[in-house]
Amino acid sequence: MDRSEIEHHVRDVVVGLNILEAPERLAEQTSLYDAGMTSHASVRLMLALEDRFDLEFPDEMLQRESFESIDAITRAIHAVRSGVTSA
Amino acid sequence: MTDGLSKNGSTRGQALARRMDEIADGVAALHADAVDRDARFPHETFAALRQAGMLSAGVPEALGGAGCALRELAELCTILAQRCASSAMILAMHYIQVACIVRYRDHSAPLADYLRRLAAEQRLIASVTSEVGTDGDMRRSITALQSAEGRVTCTKHATTVSYGLHADDLLLTARRADDAPDSDQRLILALSGGYRLDSTGAWDTLGMRGTCSPGGVVTLEGESWQVLPAPFGDIAAATMVPVSHILWSACWLGIATDAAARARAIVQRKARSDQRAALPAAARLANVDGKLQLMRGDLGAVIREHEDATATADARLMSSLGLAIRYNNLKLNSSRLVVEIVTEALEICGISAYRNDSESSLGRHLRDALSAPLMISNDRIRQNTATLHMVYKNR
Repeated sequence: MDRSEIEHHVRDVVVGLNILEAPERLAEQTSLYDAGMTSHASVRLMLALEDRFDLEFPDEMLQRESFESIDAITRAIHAVRSGVTSA
Repeated sequence: MTDGLSKNGSTRGQALARRMDEIADGVAALHADAVDRDARFPHETFAALRQAGMLSAGVPEALGGAGCALRELAELCTILAQRCASSAMILAMHYIQVACIVRYRDHSAPLADYLRRLAAEQRLIASVTSEVGTDGDMRRSITALQSAEGRVTCTKHATTVSYGLHADDLLLTARRADDAPDSDQRLILALSGGYRLDSTGAWDTLGMRGTCSPGGVVTLEGESWQVLPAPFGDIAAATMVPVSHILWSACWLGIATDAAARARAIVQRKARSDQRAALPAAARLANVDGKLQLMRGDLGAVIREHEDATATADARLMSSLGLAIRYNNLKLNSSRLVVEIVTEALEICGISAYRNDSESSLGRHLRDALSAPLMISNDRIRQNTATLHMVYKNR
């Protein structure tokens, strides 16, 4: 799966969860937190992403910044899939 | 009393701790019963704290403060809480506000100037994070900041404003703008003269009566520099929540420490006249002491983790789920243990501690301690933590 495919799935998951006020207008870098994502919703998002991509985020990735934007999430998933995490 | 948390604190921190001992014994202890009985602000204690420069203990030395580390602030709160928990809780809440400004002032010259002024004038800051209609969720705001031409205004209906009428300045949360979602918040410093606070209702509670925390309506007008540069979500995750749980726990440790000390005195008095008869109470004392050790140990451990995370070059660690869980656990553990310790101390001391009119009364300790599981409800915190455990791997 290349980067744009990952991004496509990430966007699909984010929109599908219905946790933001206007998810369809999200730019890659838009802060999801500013767009209305609560910390409770961010956990739902993490779980949905683990399910969609069949992976586990290591604990050191479980922080606000990793899930800040579509771009940040895409990079995080790319890193986990290619086994390059900051651990 | 100073054999608490900090082993290698600054000389200045140690000097402040000694001074706090004197204020606790010489001022706070004398007025604690009146403050509690009349549910009034501890004016005498705060006059002494201001005189000693305690209100700027957490302000960097370069800005005129004592530059104390968090462990030193915690120790100051623990010392004071042994004599007057309301005073200590007010001081803790003030330190939390100061910590947010110190860490998130960025390169703002006016905010640095404000901290200098706070140190010079020993200004007291109260917090306005609660709001009518948000069901106690600090991470949502209804009221929105109105900004135009470098000016900001807003009006907020808060459910509780601790010592608001006795503070110089306020730090309040609001939505960033009219069109921002309720979780997109900013923290705004309201300066005396630039806001109006009308209290709604009274503060007649079981305990922590001196914190004077009725609801209130705040109307503020200020300049744009008074809005802290970072999103409140970041400030809450990395500073406000951790420092709150740490300093509140430090206050509860103070209440528990004094209750245990009173129980110890009773046990030893009994033992001197009849060792055998004192045994059941002494066994309970051993239990209390073990719990006190747990409380102190957990607080010390979480402070170290917080300081390590703050010191690390990777600031991202500050908002990690693992740390968030441990801050929450600290709050849950200490708020439970303080109630257990005071209750068991009461059983050790017996009827003399149950009386309100006795020297060894533990009534105020118990009533103050019972606020711990409620100030940010433990049920809410447990639910937050439960959510985090759904993804946290603990590896």
